[in-house]
Amino acid sequence: MRVKQEVILMKVYLDHAATTPVDPRVLAEMRPFFSQTFGNASSLHSFGREAKEALELARARVAKLISASQDEIIFTSGGTEADNLAVLGGVDSARGKKVVCSAVEHPAVLEPCAELGRRGFERVLLPVDREGIVDVHVAGRARVASLVSVMHANNEVGAIQPIAEIAKFAHDGDAVFHCDAVQSAGKIPVDVRKLGVDLLTLSSHKIYGPKGVGALYLRKGVKLKSIVFGGGHERNLRSGTENVAGIVGFGKACELALREMPRESRQLSALRDRLLKKLLAIDGAALNGPRGAKRLPNNVNVSFGAIEGEGILLGLDDAGIAVSTGSACSSKKLQPSHVLLAMGRRPEQAHGSVRYTLGRSTTAKQIDFTARKTAEVVARLRRMSPFKPGEDLSGVDFGGHHEEYVE
Amino acid sequence: MDFYSEKVMQHMRKPKNVGEIKDADGVGKVGNPACGDVMFLYIKVKNGRIADIKFKTMGCGAAIATSSMITELAKGKTLEEALKLSRADVAGSLGGLPPVKMHCSNLAAGALHAAIQDYLSKKGVALVAAKRVKKRR
Repeated sequence: MRVKQEVILMKVYLDHAATTPVDPRVLAEMRPFFSQTFGNASSLHSFGREAKEALELARARVAKLISASQDEIIFTSGGTEADNLAVLGGVDSARGKKVVCSAVEHPAVLEPCAELGRRGFERVLLPVDREGIVDVHVAGRARVASLVSVMHANNEVGAIQPIAEIAKFAHDGDAVFHCDAVQSAGKIPVDVRKLGVDLLTLSSHKIYGPKGVGALYLRKGVKLKSIVFGGGHERNLRSGTENVAGIVGFGKACELALREMPRESRQLSALRDRLLKKLLAIDGAALNGPRGAKRLPNNVNVSFGAIEGEGILLGLDDAGIAVSTGSACSSKKLQPSHVLLAMGRRPEQAHGSVRYTLGRSTTAKQIDFTARKTAEVVARLRRMSPFKPGEDLSGVDFGGHHEEYVE
Repeated sequence: MDFYSEKVMQHMRKPKNVGEIKDADGVGKVGNPACGDVMFLYIKVKNGRIADIKFKTMGCGAAIATSSMITELAKGKTLEEALKLSRADVAGSLGGLPPVKMHCSNLAAGALHAAIQDYLSKKGVALVAAKRVKKRR
């Protein structure tokens, strides 16, 4: 008699840079704010005052994570809105019609900068080196601008930027300096005074808080114009009834992140290096981005030669492992990762890149399983590929890509 | 991104006719590594029919699935029938492709046509159906 064996698939989530699960402690804190303490924080009655109190506690917790003061935090609907508010609301044409950002920024910064370009601003993209790090001296040359925006840590390759130095150059040139810290907050220390930033973006759902909430730090004395108009909430800088439950969750997530960061980042760095070592043992694999302290503790990004990232992603997904890729095939724009291209990677290397981002629940067992499955998937795709790892593919073109789609 | 059909995933997971035919009668190569997709298609022709067909592809899920599907569609067909296979036939047999993939990764029909062209030109045969094979602009 055959005994039916149930195969239990181990689910491994290694896409924490995309989003994180809401921590149960965060959820517990949020729960009363949907149906019980549901007031509008602008209302004068007790319902409103309760909501307002919760809002301000959350504001204090968010501020504490980045060593800011409570009245320097503006809640938004997320990182993208905070970035837009910083870039579009932070420029002032009185300081010159020039905006500077790094070539590896998130689209939430690149696109508002592009919009400024359409409004007549000159745009300067700061190049990065092969590890994805902005050259401080180049940043210095481009300093005379209305606004300079450089991210704290890159979302694709985890490269940590020398923000304090770049901010200093920006200020020497009278520019307002904005920093997108969506990926770094909660993983490495973010201290707005030490970094010397004027504006800094945070997102809740990257640190085990709910989606749809973010914040912009606005240093006292820095001028900012609103981009959303209405009832004058958030000191008239972001109108719209506050998402109290979400903000409460964000506050709790910040509190937990601050408390657990030292232990967590040590643990993640060790797991990161374990995964990195195993993946780089695969023939033709190459690391994208820096090593050690210049890299986020939870980020691994590797290009596998002669194969394409989406195939690896789908193969790993079949094994229950969730990752992401810099391949054009998984982007809406059909362009390979602008970050890897800016780092001097060739398009085919960018297409073959896979990002693994570790999190609070990641275990050594999951890492070993992932490395083993990656090696299997890579080997399977390589058997299918017309090329060998290490083969020079630059300039190879057989045509046929731009054939008109007939019928 | 849009998601793949179950049929695409089946072909992606277990592609048919992967490999290389060493003494192929015709070879079709299409694509560009910079764009992310390259396909090599090998055919053996016997009595005017495609007797054997194999592929090697570097590319995304759609590129692999369309490669696998074209080998299934073309096997046993006469050259004339095979030349009539279009990108739409391949996509249709796979239960559709996400719109963005229709242009970039649906290379398989082109590779088949190129392999047949290669075979015919080696034979010195006039390309009867060449007008169906649109060249790259």
